[in-house]
Amino acid sequence: MLLARIVGTVVATRKDPRLVSNKLMLVRPVDPKGKADGGYLVAVDTVDAGVGETVLIVSGSSARMASGMKDCPIDAAIVGIIDTVDVTS
Amino acid sequence: MQIARVIGTVVATRKDENLAAITLLMVQPLTPEREPAGRPIVAVDSVGAGVGEEVFFVRGREASFPFAPVEAPVDAGIVGIVDRWDLG
Repeated sequence: MLLARIVGTVVATRKDPRLVSNKLMLVRPVDPKGKADGGYLVAVDTVDAGVGETVLIVSGSSARMASGMKDCPIDAAIVGIIDTVDVTS
Repeated sequence: MQIARVIGTVVATRKDENLAAITLLMVQPLTPEREPAGRPIVAVDSVGAGVGEEVFFVRGREASFPFAPVEAPVDAGIVGIVDRWDLG
């Protein structure tokens, strides 16, 4: 899984029916210190996260195991809101 | 699977219900020479690994298998603690 910061929301009126009533967020992966690291992703929010929060992203087919996402055409889901990252290096 | 070192812990109070009671760790993938290989990622732990230990982890849906029948939404999971590796 990746750490990422939510940088915005995505609105799509015309979309796959299985995506209706899901919240789409624009997120950017960050390193453990919070520095942006890599490109942007669209992720489905399943934990009521908000813009500016650091979140946990699950990618690939595992994203469909997020709550309520069974059989949905997604490859990235927000499954947690990060409180702290403690790295000793 | 990939070799990695556990470099830290991640705490998330609000999370998917199927992640409850699952430990989240920060792991840094390593080369066989113990140099960092790529960016650190978050992996779940099913073997009791701790910070500083060398482990191997599996990517993809298979990372959720240790938690079956719960379908945990995870894409990286530590499945072994490495005692040592030898290079031929």
